[in-house]
Amino acid sequence: MKQLINVPERVVPDALRGMAAAHPELSVDVERRIVVRRDAPVAGKVALVSGGGSGHEPLHGGFVGPGMLDAACPGEVFTSPVPDQMARAAAAVDSGAGVLFVVKNYTGDVLNFDMAAELAEDEGVRVAKVLVQDDVAVTDSTFTAGRRGTGGTLFVEKIAGAAAAEGVPLERVESVARRVADACRSFGVALTACTTPAKGGPTFDLPPGELELGIGIHGEPGRERRPMMTSGEIADATVDALLADDPPRGPVLALVNGMGGTPLLELYGFNAEVQRALGERGVAVPRTLVGNYVTSLDMAGCSVTLCQVDEELLRWWDAPVATPALRWGR
Amino acid sequence: MDEHRDARGPEDAPEVPLDAAFFRRWLTAAAATVEEEADRLTELDSAIGDADHGANMRRGLTAVVSAVEEERPPTPGAVLVLAGRTLVSTVGGASGPLYGTLLRRTGKALDDAPEVGLARLAGALRTGVDAVGQLGGATAGDKTMLDALLPALDALDEGLDAAARAAEKGAGDTVPMRARKGRASYLGERSIGHQDPGATSSALLFAALARTARAGAADGEGGTP
Repeated sequence: MKQLINVPERVVPDALRGMAAAHPELSVDVERRIVVRRDAPVAGKVALVSGGGSGHEPLHGGFVGPGMLDAACPGEVFTSPVPDQMARAAAAVDSGAGVLFVVKNYTGDVLNFDMAAELAEDEGVRVAKVLVQDDVAVTDSTFTAGRRGTGGTLFVEKIAGAAAAEGVPLERVESVARRVADACRSFGVALTACTTPAKGGPTFDLPPGELELGIGIHGEPGRERRPMMTSGEIADATVDALLADDPPRGPVLALVNGMGGTPLLELYGFNAEVQRALGERGVAVPRTLVGNYVTSLDMAGCSVTLCQVDEELLRWWDAPVATPALRWGR
Repeated sequence: MDEHRDARGPEDAPEVPLDAAFFRRWLTAAAATVEEEADRLTELDSAIGDADHGANMRRGLTAVVSAVEEERPPTPGAVLVLAGRTLVSTVGGASGPLYGTLLRRTGKALDDAPEVGLARLAGALRTGVDAVGQLGGATAGDKTMLDALLPALDALDEGLDAAARAAEKGAGDTVPMRARKGRASYLGERSIGHQDPGATSSALLFAALARTARAGAADGEGGTP
């Protein structure tokens, strides 16, 4: 497998060096692996800190900036960061108004963020946490580590980030974040496996004529394998899985997300099918985002996240944001 | 230590006094074993996880070896606490907190004894393994590192070699299990038929422990740094 890397052990710091060069509005600590908006801490504002394994870019470093995250902690590829990173990031961005940790539901992320919260609280930083667990492919959660956190993370970070930017206090930012997390549902499809730098080859074997339905974002196989389908059939299967889990009671924001190896040409075509499928089922979609936002290295495929919104959440979604990967308004 | 003597196993179990230098040598041996087996761990992890367990354990143990060689903590307990803290700070993922907690809690349970015997080590390890179970919310049969650690603990009063064999067998016994914890749990039925990478790395740590004791006994070496 051909990859643009020097050595597998240095892919994360190498990427951070490049990110620092491209985004002077961010302050990037390459060795400690912390990405911070340069004007942090912002006086009186609750700070949002997130993080997780690398390999999901632009999540999370690409979402650092006004209106979204104050800091991100990238771990090794597909490996959660360590508590020291998160605690240091929390201390760097806390203005005294407290810090919200946005955590995806994976065993490693949960354990490390829990430890980090203890460390930060020892330093006098008030910490609240929200767990994102939006993946409907995980159905028998009594027998698993629970639902995985995937595309819903973007909605939580954007909407809670807008609330924090408005000066909302920590307890309320936390409850907004939890509302959004509860309102999100995701479902992913893999057309190929991904290639981790450490392994240098595909993480699982997926023949050309087949696809995986219900995948996570770490190259883990999905809940079922089927013969290849058309874009419209994939959209119907995805939308059905999402709506079966949580029948919509109002309008939804839609994220049609690429896993890293699928071109926008295909993603836009797929979005047309997703919009058709939602329309046929009577679901209103006031806003849609299409692109590679929560990726899985070079995996081909896509995921769809729906986030049910009321007027307040929609207003925060529309609020200005200025980050490397998400930017609108003002 | 004397009150533990009665709890000791059969007569042939070697009661090697284990000091700080022994535990440093063990960690060095563990790092070397994981280095050798890193590709295998990663291969096992790619079947049911995300293909990085070898790389993660290698990174953590390399940092542990530098930390304990640099600081040279004076007691077995202090060596293990430092090793555990270093793992938490360098590994990430689930392995970092879980292995870090195992070593840190075991070390704390050893208190500041300058040397420990097998019975005392077994008692402390029990505390460490319990802490791992609690942190990960896992029990025997969930297809995790506990499936190697628990049998090893049970065999420990027969000596370190027996513990290492039990851990190895425990790791092998995870093959037919269905994962209920960690990332492998998302595979459900499809996790069956693959050996758990965490149980495998736990078995490697016990193998290194037994080897280190044998080497120490062969050298007649008690505590040269």
